[in-house]
Amino acid sequence: MVTIPSTVDEARAIAESVTDPELPMLTLADLGVLRDVSVEGGRLIVRITPTYSGCPAMAAMRAELDCRLRAAGYPEVEVRIELTPAWTTDWITERGRQALAEHGITPPGPAPASGPVPLRLGPPRRTVACPRCGTTDTEPISEFGSTPCKALRRCRACAEPFEYIKEF
Amino acid sequence: MSSVYQALSEADSGNEHWVFGTGFNDPLAGVDTTVPSTVDGDDLAAYCLMLGDDALITSHRLQQWCTRCPELEDEVAVANIGLDLLGQARMLLARSGTAGSTTRSEDELAFFRSEREFRNVRLAELVNGDFAHTMARLLILSSWRLTLLNRLTGSVDPVLAAIAEKGRKELAYHRTYAAGWVVRLGQGTEFSHDRMVDGIAAVWPFVPELFDCSETERRMAAVGAGVDPSVVADEVHAVLDEVLAAAGIARPDPVRRAGVGGRTGRDGVHTEAMGYLLAELQSVARADPEATW
Repeated sequence: MVTIPSTVDEARAIAESVTDPELPMLTLADLGVLRDVSVEGGRLIVRITPTYSGCPAMAAMRAELDCRLRAAGYPEVEVRIELTPAWTTDWITERGRQALAEHGITPPGPAPASGPVPLRLGPPRRTVACPRCGTTDTEPISEFGSTPCKALRRCRACAEPFEYIKEF
Repeated sequence: MSSVYQALSEADSGNEHWVFGTGFNDPLAGVDTTVPSTVDGDDLAAYCLMLGDDALITSHRLQQWCTRCPELEDEVAVANIGLDLLGQARMLLARSGTAGSTTRSEDELAFFRSEREFRNVRLAELVNGDFAHTMARLLILSSWRLTLLNRLTGSVDPVLAAIAEKGRKELAYHRTYAAGWVVRLGQGTEFSHDRMVDGIAAVWPFVPELFDCSETERRMAAVGAGVDPSVVADEVHAVLDEVLAAAGIARPDPVRRAGVGGRTGRDGVHTEAMGYLLAELQSVARADPEATW
């Protein structure tokens, strides 16, 4: 006989601990993807916000949430997508930023203000620190990296390339 | 804490079936897709199809560059841009499929419509050509789409507004990437300059079509749900002028590829390239239409 956890707080704690499949040092709470956990008519409702439109990790996150919560004893779990307000890297928590830096991925700076984006023809004028040696003497390689959320830079001091979460 | 991949592969966990696909495929699961009362459902469905097809077909052309890009970093960039657009296409097609009087899934729309049912602008379907040609096309398409999405964030349809709010942030990066390459190639060697000039010239006849307003777009704009593309022409041309000037490339003379009896991509009348594109895009799904994961 399975004891069904009675508090939404327990469910929320489980949901918050689910990790990003591509960035396993980050939980859904660290990413700012988990919006809310609630109960509606006996069903557990988990609301998440997608990061990038085509992010392939979202399906895996939804499966993991469903799997973990049902394993914890919740008989009915529904994962709902919330498109708005749009996810921004500003929602990545301080703990998440530290975890990224510890794993060699530079966290993002402040996201651009909302509204029309002016055309930028020169190289991105950002101060991005090297996660290994800390210098800000780094140069861009590409605004795109191994996942939709990351970009590539190179440190001029230690000559090593590194990834960072681009401002979004 | 175990990773999601470990959980999927553990025997007797009850989760083995997810190894072959999670089943969580609906990109709008739980989103309130009620059509606003002031908007006609069939118009909304047709409009979402237009924007969705633009993204789907552009994405397919970018995907064709996989394993063929000049540098590894561009391989990754072009694939990521294609992935962003594919995500936008999925959401738009999913919305289209439930807004109108006929219900169809995103897969049915992407893989089982005929050529004449696709509503993308013809610029999106053109054969890739060389990298300069592709960058010319991507610059124009991303600049255009970015201005449309910026205005679409104010749509009275909350789902379209939300898709636009996410999409415009991605399009900003797409436009920067393409503009960067147009400038590099334009200001590079004599050879790269000539190829960039050729690329711009090859796609230029398909630019006027971007600012034509179909009846569906006109009606959608009238109720505040969509954008009349003719109103963004000046803004888009200003961006193109800025990039071409930086690239040292003269703006080509105005030229317009005619439609068939005045009908073009938004009417389902496409160039010869579209048939071959769809044959490739739809071949696997059509080989076994009943297949599921």
